[in-house]
Amino acid sequence: MKTSATIGGVLVLLILLCVSLCSYSLPEQHAAIITEFGKPTGPTVTTPGLHFKLPLVQTVNLVDLRMQEWDGQAVQMPTHDKLYMIVDSYGRWRISNPLLFFTRLRDTRSALSRIDDIAGSEMRDAVAKNDLIEMVRTDKNRKVENDFDADNTNADENITTSTLPSISIGRTAIEQTITTNAAAKLEEFGVDLVDVRLMRLNYQASVTDKINERMISERAQIAARFRSEGEGAADKILGDRDRDLAEIKSAAYQKVQEIEGQAEAEATRIYADAYNQSPQAVELYNFLRSMQTLEDVATNNTTLVISTSGDLFKYIKSANPK
Amino acid sequence: MKYANSPNSPFNRNFSFKQILSIVVGIAVVAIILSIILTGFYTVPADSQAVLQRFGKYTSTEDPGLHFKIPLGVDTATIIPVSRQLKMEFGYGNPNATSPSQGDTQPDAAKDMVTGDLNEAEVEWVVQYRITDPKQYLFAVQDPEDTLRAASEAVMREVIGDRTIDEVITYGRQDIENENLVLLKSVAQEYELGISIDLVQLKNVNPPEPVQAAFNDVNNAQQEKQRDINQAQGEYNTVVPKAHGQADQMISVAQGSAAQRINEAKGDAAYFNDIFAQYVKAPEVTRRRLYLETMGAMLPKMGNKIIIDDDVSRLLPLLPLTKSPMQ
Repeated sequence: MKTSATIGGVLVLLILLCVSLCSYSLPEQHAAIITEFGKPTGPTVTTPGLHFKLPLVQTVNLVDLRMQEWDGQAVQMPTHDKLYMIVDSYGRWRISNPLLFFTRLRDTRSALSRIDDIAGSEMRDAVAKNDLIEMVRTDKNRKVENDFDADNTNADENITTSTLPSISIGRTAIEQTITTNAAAKLEEFGVDLVDVRLMRLNYQASVTDKINERMISERAQIAARFRSEGEGAADKILGDRDRDLAEIKSAAYQKVQEIEGQAEAEATRIYADAYNQSPQAVELYNFLRSMQTLEDVATNNTTLVISTSGDLFKYIKSANPK
Repeated sequence: MKYANSPNSPFNRNFSFKQILSIVVGIAVVAIILSIILTGFYTVPADSQAVLQRFGKYTSTEDPGLHFKIPLGVDTATIIPVSRQLKMEFGYGNPNATSPSQGDTQPDAAKDMVTGDLNEAEVEWVVQYRITDPKQYLFAVQDPEDTLRAASEAVMREVIGDRTIDEVITYGRQDIENENLVLLKSVAQEYELGISIDLVQLKNVNPPEPVQAAFNDVNNAQQEKQRDINQAQGEYNTVVPKAHGQADQMISVAQGSAAQRINEAKGDAAYFNDIFAQYVKAPEVTRRRLYLETMGAMLPKMGNKIIIDDDVSRLLPLLPLTKSPMQ
């Protein structure tokens, strides 16, 4: 019994050792290249799961077939319009031919440095060939949206003074050119470069100062315009005030004159109708009016010189005056 | 093995050394086997799923709960937090980051960008996403988070690059967020990241530091414009409604005096007509009566009365000329 247990134990250990030496796991989306003393042999294994190999003689080299990211270095380069930009790009690539990849590049690190060289130089070419705006803008047809929230005193005017410069190529097309050119050169390494994209495109420090100066002057001009618009609008309102005041006052004056004129005319007509109805009425009016005036004239310090031949005192000299 | 020979030991039977050894080995083997089996149990938290691989080959995706896998490297389980809302920050770093991919390692370079009118803006934003397809997340792309970060930076610059500085800094924020979300969603799908984008949100969006004062001045100018307009409107409002009232008052007064004028005329006319009606019946007598009445009323009011005879000439020297009203 003792011996059989020992034999059993040793057997299990041997099997485990054999299995671990003769087999390997292949994860999802990976390929295995079997080498014998460094030389690839047999077909590339791509089905995931448990696989077997010759122990000691064969080595398994795993190759990741998933999409991988290439993170380009931030490089300073001039654009066609001589602006120094710091360009940082990224790309996506995958190993399309594991055996070719393995023999030419062996590992990811050397693949990335090869992409750095090739895509980096294509990037430099493309940047040097194009004006900055072509790499900044994407959509040729986009127009600036107006600021509809702005106060409606100037609703018909656009608050912004800046517009979008037009482009003929655009960012996407430039990225595609870089991708196509670089991908063609990477094919022979078993590498499929899916895309290269401009991640960052920033002004280099020396350019920044000039850009800032321009932005400041642009803002100053916009601020000046707001102030002048405000003063202009205020003056217009004050002008409206003066105009409206004059209109209101003169209209009232006109109305008053009309009313009083009409009343005067009406009164005149009424008086005329009464006093002018016959010659006798005219006579009576003159007489009454004269009497009224006489009464009004009479005051304490008026001296009256009156003749005895008048109607009033004609009886003073005789009861029967001639 | 002292106790084996001790008379007081409960194991008082005579165990041989070999028997004891086999028992100890047996216990050890059982313990090892048990512990190996126990390592096969694993828990999937409530907000996660586990992707199970056998010898590297995908077998299944497990829901939350207690699960068993074959130990010793045969089965491997990768736990992916699928229903957890994940965040990725750009241009700034939150010190309380919960996952290593949340904060930005190069915030200054990430937030600096060029607008469509070739101005410069500093944009900070955050992307909220979830892992929706754990299998794709693990097996399609080598590092989905890094890829997403790079893609989001590219997309943001694509959107900003088609907008003016005014749109970026003031009124275009919502529009930028919306377009970012649409573009980033389609990129995540195209790249097969196994990730779905829930939200792209702009944080601080500023002009570069040296330019900020100039931007603030534009805001001030805008306020001043509004203030000037309001002040002028105020001045207008203080006088114009009052003038309307005054005008109405003038008209009312005029209407009143017009009515008065006409009424008085009518009264005067009526008075005259009444007198006239009687006058025509005896004009001579009436005239004389009115004359004498008037004189009678008038004469007492006068200070000096001089009655002279027509036959007396040279009247003038007699008059006391010094007693003139001028004195």
